[in-house]
Amino acid sequence: MFLQQLVNGLTLGSIYSLIALGYTLVYGILVMINFAHSEVLMVGSFVALAVFRFAPAILPQGPVGLIVALVLSMAGAGVLNVVIERFAYRPLRHAQKLAPLISSIGVSIVLQNAVFLWVSTQSESFPELIAATQFSIGGAGVSSLQLVCMASAIGLMMGLHFFIEHTKVGKAMRACSDDLETAGLMGIDSSRIIALTFLVGGALGGAAGVLYGLNYGSIKYNLGFLPGVKAFTAAVLGGIGNIRGAVLGGFILGIMEVMAAGYIPRGSDWKDVIAFSVLIFVLLLRPSGILGEKIAEKV
Amino acid sequence: MTEPALLDIQGLHTVYGKKIHALKGVSAQVRSGEIVCIIGNNGAGKTTLLKTVSGVLQPDKGAVRFAGEAITGQPTHRIARMGLAHVPEGRHVFPRLSVAENLEMGAYFRTERDLSKDYDHVFELFPVLGRRKAQLAGTLSGGEQQMLAMGRALMARPRLLMLDEPSMGLAPVVVDTIFDIIRRINKEGVTVLLVEQNAKRALQASSRGYVLETGEIVLEDKAETLCSDAKVRKAYLGLQ
Repeated sequence: MFLQQLVNGLTLGSIYSLIALGYTLVYGILVMINFAHSEVLMVGSFVALAVFRFAPAILPQGPVGLIVALVLSMAGAGVLNVVIERFAYRPLRHAQKLAPLISSIGVSIVLQNAVFLWVSTQSESFPELIAATQFSIGGAGVSSLQLVCMASAIGLMMGLHFFIEHTKVGKAMRACSDDLETAGLMGIDSSRIIALTFLVGGALGGAAGVLYGLNYGSIKYNLGFLPGVKAFTAAVLGGIGNIRGAVLGGFILGIMEVMAAGYIPRGSDWKDVIAFSVLIFVLLLRPSGILGEKIAEKV
Repeated sequence: MTEPALLDIQGLHTVYGKKIHALKGVSAQVRSGEIVCIIGNNGAGKTTLLKTVSGVLQPDKGAVRFAGEAITGQPTHRIARMGLAHVPEGRHVFPRLSVAENLEMGAYFRTERDLSKDYDHVFELFPVLGRRKAQLAGTLSGGEQQMLAMGRALMARPRLLMLDEPSMGLAPVVVDTIFDIIRRINKEGVTVLLVEQNAKRALQASSRGYVLETGEIVLEDKAETLCSDAKVRKAYLGLQ
């Protein structure tokens, strides 16, 4: 049973991690929580659904269809996130800290209602891009969907790691996250780097939306809320603003939630309580999170 | 003055947070090849002046021209790309980037593929940086961070290097090194605008100087003349 729950936990954790990265990237650079991120992920899953409805030919069942769905959803969610930044946050960049936060809650409500009113009020079944087959590894039942989910998430995280650590633009993103004003003195156009950060964070959210739909089989206008808040918890747990922390926090939270559901009597009823208790305890005991220790700058 | 100044500041007014009138009509010029210093006490407006020139702060009145072009109101990154490098007060290295990555960011907008000459040059000026390439900048000592901040600025191959309090908080022997390097960089063709509380060192290194008091230039002259000025000696050099 432990192994079984571990597989389930890693699957859930990989989705949380992808979403948590979106929160942490934006926080790292602008020190704001993008509460609209949960809706970006929801819209990402609807992009894949729309493509499937209107152009099913480009989404064949199998790996090709999955990759096409991921790419299109990531593009859609990424661009949406950039548009949100441009119109809802950038005008408030020099306003009080609370202003963009409230604006992000507003964007979240607008997006949820837009999908509710114009797209669908119901659960919609998500295209079966990958045939669900069950097999067993060391006594634990693993589905092909779980493997695809983990592999996609880990692949994307490795891609992000390479981008952030080894490309010039990725390094500029880290420089902006360290010191936005000084980055400008280096000739770095910080507005463009901020937009790029929203693009990357949104794209990872869009991918999470597709993986969510794939795993649960159906999507709905409010699907982003719970995973969004939990991924936010994961980001805080790992240390908000810290990229490795977001991944670590996502996996820890996913595994904890699934273990609780498996081992505590009626645990699955309590799993949300457990997740949010984690948030409260981290905020009380170690608000900087597991890896969230900044190196002090010497003056 | 037949040749136009490389940096020409005319009647600059900057108001901080709508209340503090930090600059009250500052005019100053830096000609190509010079080392010019601006001395003044804490709160005189020295940092505000540099920040207004590099576009971090917006002036309320006045104009700045760099290499003949009006730069007032332009975004910081565009001014930097014109060849005006600003090493801010307090170094502001990127603490979670390595020494090498900090230097790479200094050359961010340059399009040449091969920057090895520039790295070699910086490592020759500051050998300690060469030995600590992979170390995170936030773990360097204050003096090493100052060297990194200057090396990073040089990676842009600037025409004008503006240094804000490069000696602040450093041991005297490190201050010696920093000022030696400033002279050397200048000999290699980089014009320098230096802002310092350490008036003695600054005037020794410079050819001309300005004295800034509560947002106004009260004196300007050759550095040696300023050094023998009775008021400067009393107020800034601690001499009678």
